[in-house]
This record gives sequence, C-alpha cells and structure tokens, in this order.
Amino acid sequence: MGYCPNTAEEIREMLAVIGVKSVQDLFSPIPQELRAQSFELPAGMSEFELMGVMRSKAAAGGAAIIPFIGGGLYDHIIPAAVDHLSSRAEFYTAYTPYQPECSQGTLQALFEYQTAICRMTGMEASNASLYDGGTALAEAALMALKITGRNAVLLDASVNPLHREIVCGYLGSLSAEVEEVAPSGCESDLERLLGSVTAETAAVIVQNPNFFGSVADFSALAERAHQQGALLIVSCYPIALGLLKTPGEMGADIAVGDGQSLGNTLSFGGPYFGFIATRKRFIRNLPGRLVGETLDKAGRRGYVLTLQAREQHIKRHKATSNICSNQSLCALRGLIFVSALGKQGFEDLAELNFDKAQYAKSVLSGIKGVSVLNGEATFNEFTLSLPKGAAAVVEKLLGFGMAAGVPLGGYYAGLENAMVVTVTEKRTKAEIDRLVALLEEVLCS
Amino acid sequence: MQLIYEKSVPGRSGVRIPLSDVPRATPLAGSLRRKEAARFPEVSELDLVRHFTNLSRRNFSVDTNFYPLGSCTMKYNAKVMENAAALFTDCHPVLALLPGGEELVQGPLSLIHGLEQQLAEITGMDEVTTQPLAGAHGEMTGIMVIAAFHKARGENRKYVIVPDSSHGTNPASAAMAGYQILTIPTAPYGDMDLDAYRAAMNGEVAAVMMTCPNTLGLFNPHVAEICAIAHQAGALTYYDGANLNAIMGKVRPGDVGFDVIHVNLHKTFGTPHGGGGPGSGPVGVKAGLIPYLPTPRVVKKEDGSFSVEAHPEGIGRVSDFFGNFGIMARAFAYITLLGGEGLIEVSEQAVLNANYMMARLKGEYELPFDTTCMHECVFSASRQLKNGVHAIDIAKYLIDRGFHPPTVYFPLNVKEAIMIEPTETESKQTMDAFIEVMLEAAQVARDNPALLHEAPVTTPVGRLDETRAARAQQVCCE
Repeated sequence: MGYCPNTAEEIREMLAVIGVKSVQDLFSPIPQELRAQSFELPAGMSEFELMGVMRSKAAAGGAAIIPFIGGGLYDHIIPAAVDHLSSRAEFYTAYTPYQPECSQGTLQALFEYQTAICRMTGMEASNASLYDGGTALAEAALMALKITGRNAVLLDASVNPLHREIVCGYLGSLSAEVEEVAPSGCESDLERLLGSVTAETAAVIVQNPNFFGSVADFSALAERAHQQGALLIVSCYPIALGLLKTPGEMGADIAVGDGQSLGNTLSFGGPYFGFIATRKRFIRNLPGRLVGETLDKAGRRGYVLTLQAREQHIKRHKATSNICSNQSLCALRGLIFVSALGKQGFEDLAELNFDKAQYAKSVLSGIKGVSVLNGEATFNEFTLSLPKGAAAVVEKLLGFGMAAGVPLGGYYAGLENAMVVTVTEKRTKAEIDRLVALLEEVLCS
Repeated sequence: MQLIYEKSVPGRSGVRIPLSDVPRATPLAGSLRRKEAARFPEVSELDLVRHFTNLSRRNFSVDTNFYPLGSCTMKYNAKVMENAAALFTDCHPVLALLPGGEELVQGPLSLIHGLEQQLAEITGMDEVTTQPLAGAHGEMTGIMVIAAFHKARGENRKYVIVPDSSHGTNPASAAMAGYQILTIPTAPYGDMDLDAYRAAMNGEVAAVMMTCPNTLGLFNPHVAEICAIAHQAGALTYYDGANLNAIMGKVRPGDVGFDVIHVNLHKTFGTPHGGGGPGSGPVGVKAGLIPYLPTPRVVKKEDGSFSVEAHPEGIGRVSDFFGNFGIMARAFAYITLLGGEGLIEVSEQAVLNANYMMARLKGEYELPFDTTCMHECVFSASRQLKNGVHAIDIAKYLIDRGFHPPTVYFPLNVKEAIMIEPTETESKQTMDAFIEVMLEAAQVARDNPALLHEAPVTTPVGRLDETRAARAQQVCCE
C-alpha cells in the first residue's frame, strides 16, 4: 500500500535480527497515554481511482478561462524541453547537494542559474534562489537592515500589494519601520521618494514595471539613496528585463523578483522561485544557498555550496536568514527556459509582449469612456479606467470565459473603476479583439 | 563538463517564439531600455537537451540510488503524484481573487481544504494553513502566530527555547520572528535536559520548539511533561514535524500537548525533493490560535462550496497565495492513495527498517544511544577515528560504492555523527547491500585507512576544495 516492499517473511527475518517479536514492540518507547486518540482517514485507493478524484477537482479549476490577468504571475509560453529536462528523475528526486561529488548535476545547473540571473538583472552575485517573489523582497529588505544597521525602509506603494503585505509582516516581527509612499496616479511618486530618503533609511523599495504596469528609470533614486547611505532594492519582472533597463544599470544594490514567468507553470500559486542578486561586496549578506566554483585535487573544475557560514545550519539564530532549502527544481526550469530561448529569443519574447500590449492598449482605449491611466511607458500591463465599477465588469466578463483584468478597488482607494490588464505573447489578436467586443458590450448594457 | 555558456555560438538559437499578429509598436524611450541583450546561451535545442541530460547524470537521486540521508526522509516519490499535479498547471491563482472567480476554482480550493483536513487529523490539530512554502518558512509562520497570540493578550514575551540538538532552522526561524534564543543542552540520556529546561522556563518565554522523535531518532518520553511545564508558565509549544514519518497513527502532536506544528510535505508525504526544493511546510494550530493564522483562509460554506476569505486578526500574508499548490496536490494525492491504514504502515515500516539497520551496524559502529530508535538511527565514527578515519571519509567511500551517504556531522551533539534514515520504501535487499558496504568500510578503516581518504574516485570530480571556493567567491561565470 504505502510503497513498502518487504514481504511478511522478510519482516519476520528483520524482527528476528532486531530481537523483538512484532513491529508494535518497536513503538514501546512511546508511553501508552501519549498514543493517538484518533486517526480517522478514509481507506486508500488505487492509482486509477485516485486520478478520477484528481481529474474531477482539476475540471473545476478555471483552466479554460482566457487570462488577461497578471498581478505578478503570468501566462507565458513554456518550451517542451523545459518539462522534459526538468522531469529527469536525477534532478527531481535528488536533494540538497550536501555531497558535491555525487551532486555535480544540480550544483553546476545552479551555478549556471546564478549566472543567468546576474546577466538578466545586470547584478554581480545571485544566490541559488529563494521561495518566491514576495518572500525574496522581504529577504532583500532584511538584508538591507543588516547591511546598513538601520531600522526603516521606504516602500513605494506601487509595489505589488501582496508583496508589500509580506514585507510588512517580516519587518513587523523585527519591529522595523515601513514607510509607504503613495503613487502619483499610476506612477511611482519619484519626487516624494527622493525627498523621503533620510540618513535613517536602510533601503528604498520599488518595482519595475510597477503594479499598475508603468515603467520607470530609478537611476536618480539610486543616486539619492546612496548619498544617504541607503540601498536601492528593485523588484523586477524577468520577461520585462528582455527589454527594460536593468536594476544593475540603474545602480540598484539588490534586485529581486518572482521567477515564475521563466518556465514555471501557474499551478494555482506555486511552486515558483524567487531570485535575489546583489553587488559582489554584499555577497556575505545574501540569504540562502550559494554555489561557487572550485577545483578538486587533480585540478578538475567543480561546484560546491559555498559561504555556508551565513546559513542556519552553522550560524543558527545568527544566520542571514532561516531559509534552509531553495527552489532548486523551479530555478532549473528557469535556467532551461532562458537557455532554450537564448539571447535573441529572450529579447524577441519581450518585444512581442510589448507589441501585443501596445496593440491591446490602443484598441481598448478606443472604447467609449475607457482610458489608459498610465503615462507613456508600459511593458505588457496597463491600467484602464472604466466608466463604471471594475469589479462588476470583471465578474460579468468571467461569465464569457475571459479574465479581463485585476480590479484595483480592493487594493487602492479611489481606483474602484480601474483594472490592470495583462497581455502576454500568448494572447492572440483575435482574443484581444474579442475582449474589446465583450467589454464594449458589458459597458453598454 | 563545459558550462552551457561555453557551448554558446553567436547567432545560434533554440526554440522559436510565437509569430506576431499585431503591428510593431513605437519603441520605448532609450533611457528606459537595457543597453544590450542579456548574454543567455545561444544553443540549439539538441545542444540544450544533451547538456541538461548529461548534467542530470552527474547526480545521485532516489530513483537511481539508495539515499539514506538522515532527517530528510528520502522516500520513493510515486509517479502518479506527478500525473496528479500536472492536471492543475494551467490554473491561475489570481482567478480566485477576482469577483466571481471563486466559482471557477472550486476544484483547487476543495483540494486545499481537503489537505488541511487530512493534515489536521494526522497531527491532531484543529486547523491548518498551507501558505508556508517550506519547513523553515512554516517554523517562522508558526512562531509569528505564537507572537500574535501573546501580543493579543497584552504580553511581551522575549524568548524562545530550543534544545541544542534542534535543526538550525528552529533558532533561526524564531530569531526572524523577533525572539531571543535560549538553548538547552542535551542530557546524557539523549534528550533535552529536563532540569535545565525547567530552570530556563519563566513568564518571559513565548514558546519551546521540539522535534519528536528528536534528531537522534529517539522518542522523548518526557514530551508531555515538557508541554505541561511550558503551559504552566503561559508559554506555547511548537512541534517541528520534520520527523513525522515515524509516528503516523501512533502519536498525534496535538494530543500530546503541542499548540503549533509544521509538517514537511516533501518528507513525510512523499513529494519529490527537487534537488533542494520546492518543498511545502503547512502549519497546524490548536483552536485558540486559529484567529492568528495567515490571511486568506479557504473556507467551506454551508452549501458545501468553498470561498477565499480574509482573516483580519491574523499575522498577514506569508506568501503570495495558498502556498506551493503543486506540492500540496501531490501530498493530497499521496494521502488519498494510501489512506489511514497505508499511512500507519508507512510509519511502522520506516521504524522497522531503521531498527534493522541499527541492529546490523552496531557491531562495527559506535551507537551513542543504544536503544530502540524510531525512523532513523545515529551512529558515531568514533571507533574509526582512532585510525584517522572520519565520518566524511566513510561517506565518500559509500559514494564510490553507489550509495548516497547518510547525513554526517548532524546532530551536533554526537561527535562524527552518521545519521541513517532508510525510509519505508527500501527493501531488505537494498538495505543489506548498503550494510555490507558499511561493514566493508569499517574493515577498510582498520586495514587501509588511506583508501578511505582518497574516496571518491569514481565520480566526475574528487573531493573539492571548499576553502578555495569560499575565498574565490566565484559564483557566476564572467
């Protein structure tokens, strides 16, 4: 039943070697009064029956809905090779590469992953991945507190609201202060951000493109932060980095983001991976696993987990983070994804997202009473203002099999009529045109 | 083996992206664009496939090798679980947050609720959240819940107690949740020193964190007393579920007196370890702590449907959505497939296998605590050390003989520790083959220790220079 192979005969032999009469005797160290008071679980079933149960759940999973939604997680193409190669059992049934000689596959892949993240973000040192984008942002904030010895961060409120909640939770536990700076329309309020950095600020946290889809250059903010001894943390969207100015080029100190869009399926919320990359001088402050290159005695190149003195299994409560694992398999998928697309393909993919979204923007804003709230620059998301409440409109459109956008009312007061629309390379012109037609119909009714 | 970047040829490409069916847009301003394309590899699809296939062959894994890595529960990962999880890959989690969206995702929501109920019954807790993304993340979440509980009662407690044999994540997670750490030594009988613990407990302690069975693989008979002492002082009790594989159907932490627990789905519930993740670390709590669980909660309504509801008194959000759903789907499939009886068999056979291993090896290897173990046993290479052979040398020899080594040098309270967890999915034949090699290693340690120092010799690389790696800090290629 439980994939337990030993036969009754073998079990008898083993018990004889141990010198006990029954398996129950092996549980004798557990006092009777501590034994389970209940264990009411249904009987097991076969694979065939199980798949019936699972299929019925998956059938009510919303997979048929055409998504014009993002909110940090995106419906992108995944080359077939990503699934096939990451499904190699030698990758997915291995564990943490504690024994490097028999884990060079995972270790070299993670080294290549770290390289990919550095090249994508324009940073100098990436770790071997974190849990997801939200927790990576929180870890970056903690890292900044430790590097600067300060206790307050400035958080642009146009950063993903879910990520902001996570940052506030992590920092709240340590009694660190989070000052949120409200956006100006759909743009980060650069003037206010610049003016709010002080000698007490550990870091300024921004996102590019921001939650509304607006694209910005935060170079001036990096400069201002550095003048005050603070760090700039930029949360970014990997696919957009095929096109956009990198955190490295802006002078950011830490770049983070969610790696889902790099070859990981949506899977109702995970698993994904978070990435974090920084300047080489902050490498010892990085949380989590890090793979480094070295040699064996014969001079052969190999890879090991390195700078482990940062980590919990050695430093315990003084570690840079409590994180123990990484999201190795998801990071591997990310690496295979960028390798499959390649240098040109990755750039082309970003251009295609941009073009599709620009087309959608122009046709959607042609609808009477609908306008785009962002400034000129967006990537593959933008915020639409509707002539009526966005929540009701989105709900109606769901009935037609379209997730038209993420209504902003629940996240930003005063934006009850607005929604963020996402257009990835997978959305066809026909789907975009149908969205326009349906939206027009719903708005007129 | 070359890096994939070293195989790159300018102009070569692999996968085609979709053709555009819309006009080219006016480009973004130059100041907003990156100066040059990211230097990702330029390889053909076949280059890519060979590279990663050959890389994979440089790994030991459960599917290729016995992998008795103590404390990690490297059991077989049933293939049907992959099929089950693959059914949900196209479900967008944001759908659940849209007005009217819940109706469209009743299947995944019912799975989350079902898994929470299964885990609550298995652990004896009242409610479970699946939001934490890994074991350590669960620990941090659990301690944040405890902090919120004390705060709501107007108490400002400062300390969390951990035994010195605990996983490093325990003190690290409590520190992340804002606590100072009190570490209690291990008594000669192998468990947390009860007197030292009693002396450390006071009204400023928020919680005590325990692993049971402990990291020596022993069931602590004082565990109920430890809980009672904490509760008398107004502190709460935290159960690290890392070793839950030993006790399913036998002991439920909730019955014993634990208030908060995390479980590692990637250990006990058979989801693949992925080379170091993704995992999943759901947290269960007793009734009094339910208000402080993270937001949102998946709630079953009276009509039997499921909704996603804000949990305003809770600690907020610890991850974006409902946790690592793909891992949760596998665990739900595993529990559903095995059923109650199957899970009991899992624990019984895991404990049988570990005791068999212990009985067969204790003649040659020092067993610091010679008593019935649970799902894993901890030896010391102290006898071999007399010939200059360390636990690491034995580990490397095992690699040459085709076995992934046990965990070595953990727990920290055993010198030259060798921690073996066979799990229930290994046959007597596999264990016998491993035992023969372990006994052989002990013989070689006596006869020719130099041979062990040279191991491994069959792997693509020999022992690697870790000091050089730490000094060079070469963490990406130029």
